[in-house]
Amino acid sequence: MSKVLLQVSELSMRFGGLLAVDGVEFDVKTDEVFAIIGPNGAGKTTVFNCVGGFYKPTSGIIIMDGKPIHGMPSHKVAREGLVRTFQNVRLFKNLTVLENLLVAQHQNINTNLFSGLLKTPAFRHSEEEALENAARWLDFMDIREYANREAGNLAYGHQRRLEIARCMITRPRLLMLDEPAAGLNPQEKRDLQQLIDQLRREFDVAVLLIEHDMSLVMGVSDRIMVMEHGKPITTGVPEAVQADPRVIKAYLGEE
Amino acid sequence: MISNIKNAFIAALMAGVIITPIYGLQIVRSGMETHIEPEWDLVLIGMGIVFVFQAFIRPTVVHLLGKRSGSFQMPVLNDKARRGSILLLIAIALIWPFFMGRAEVDIATLVLIYVMLGLGLNIVVGFAGLLDLGFVGFYAVGAYTYALLYHWAGWGFWGALPMAGLMAGIFGYLLGFPVLRLRGDYLAIVTLGFGEIIRLLLINLYDYTGGPDGISGIPKPTVFGMPMARRAPEGQTTFHDFMGWQFDNMDVIIYLYLMALALALITLFVSNRVIRMPVGRAWEALREDEIACRSLGLNPTNIKLSAFTMGAVFAGFGGAFFAARQGLVNPESFTFLESALILAIVVLGGMGSQVGVILAAIILTVLPEVAREFAEYRMMIFGLVMVLMMMWRPQGLLPMKRPQVELKS
Repeated sequence: MSKVLLQVSELSMRFGGLLAVDGVEFDVKTDEVFAIIGPNGAGKTTVFNCVGGFYKPTSGIIIMDGKPIHGMPSHKVAREGLVRTFQNVRLFKNLTVLENLLVAQHQNINTNLFSGLLKTPAFRHSEEEALENAARWLDFMDIREYANREAGNLAYGHQRRLEIARCMITRPRLLMLDEPAAGLNPQEKRDLQQLIDQLRREFDVAVLLIEHDMSLVMGVSDRIMVMEHGKPITTGVPEAVQADPRVIKAYLGEE
Repeated sequence: MISNIKNAFIAALMAGVIITPIYGLQIVRSGMETHIEPEWDLVLIGMGIVFVFQAFIRPTVVHLLGKRSGSFQMPVLNDKARRGSILLLIAIALIWPFFMGRAEVDIATLVLIYVMLGLGLNIVVGFAGLLDLGFVGFYAVGAYTYALLYHWAGWGFWGALPMAGLMAGIFGYLLGFPVLRLRGDYLAIVTLGFGEIIRLLLINLYDYTGGPDGISGIPKPTVFGMPMARRAPEGQTTFHDFMGWQFDNMDVIIYLYLMALALALITLFVSNRVIRMPVGRAWEALREDEIACRSLGLNPTNIKLSAFTMGAVFAGFGGAFFAARQGLVNPESFTFLESALILAIVVLGGMGSQVGVILAAIILTVLPEVAREFAEYRMMIFGLVMVLMMMWRPQGLLPMKRPQVELKS
């Protein structure tokens, strides 16, 4: 039974004289991959930033599983189970791959100062658990051999996978991917498509996706929203969107 | 070569422009009149020196340095070397007071206070990446907490020590709360202001703090309740009577030294542990990328606050000990220069590197004592060293190789 997980209505974001997002409405269901596409500057990432709490939307309502989250600071939004990746990967570059995954588990680790100073059994146990958890995700992403390397030294494709692992280790309910295929080679893109499918099947996570790569979007999404100039043009299943003349016009211009 | 000469010529001209107002236009007073007497020969000599240096000496030096840069490298400490050098330092520190004279032990105590302060600030600046220019404010809070508790309520050192840490921590927390959403330069300026505010408060709250005179007669720490002094107050036994010794001032100095050592070791232990703990990892992550941290549900304000408060607590302990050692506190001891010195220790040592901080604390405390004849040039030499460090070794004397959690396969 799929229900609505994220509900966005009447979302607008104004930067000075520019209305970057204007009346955007969509919802993401619990077991769905929902994609937002559109030409450059259409306002996709701004929508992401509003949903993730990085911007305070000018107006609009964002409800996550029955709880309004608009206007919440981003770290609180993340604790509600909405976690995102970034267009240009934002890893902790000087920390090791493993440490990146440990930091992400901060909320679930025993962070008591004194138990840490004294290395109490409870503290050790929680550290070990975090390590095991991290190791599991490294295996899952096939990057375990790089565990002790600095994250900034990984190949770009691996950095992307690590960033997704870092999100998933927080056990999100909604994973937001901002152009995850940018800079990947064709093989890596196919792997990414598989990965998204697998994440949703095995970890009960809904995916909100921004992507320019059409084959990936069409292959992986259940529904797609097309945006242009901050406004949604249409929302629907991939086939319908592909055939929509307004979408073709937005992408290719007037005939 | 041609370009060298050209550069040297320009540099000499610039030097001329700069030194003309200083030497070229000397103001001479004779009776009622004041007139300007130029000393062009001095200016010309100065320009000549600059020219020769720029044209011939500098290229040679650069040439030599460039050639050797491959073989000339300072060590980067790895885990094992760090542990070894820390153990060695501790061993030396333990036997030090029993083989050295009074002056040496006294200086060493001073060094240990700065080690403690340096390690405390290292948590804030080195680990969490928050530039704090008002660190001395927390040091002052610690010192005055003990001084005031003694003066107004007759507290002893051991009771006041935790209070000093607590008060400094509270001040750190209260200041950090509004301030830590600022970044970089802004944070530095506000903390700088904070340090000054504390000092001005201490001067102006005359009725409580004694203003510029400060508070004197603060007792030294007791040993299990027994005062370490020539004569005990009514109804108490002094330590040397208890032990059946002759009173010797050297014992007091050694005792203070050992206490400073204990405090410094506690600071070292805590900062060493804490960087391997989740909160330490969070500090480093926050230093690298605050937005990514937020996106993972980490609350940046809380994390920064924990670093700021912890640093302040150590400064507070240091302050209380300082008050006990001096027996006197006044606002003069807590000027901005003091903050700058502690920050210099952290930067010179290598941000985040504990061994580096210890080494830098030793260098920056001992050098001025050794070179007392050059006391007037102290600040200049200080500045010169900092500039040179930034040019050739911006990562500090002994940069840290981060302690990493390793995944065993």
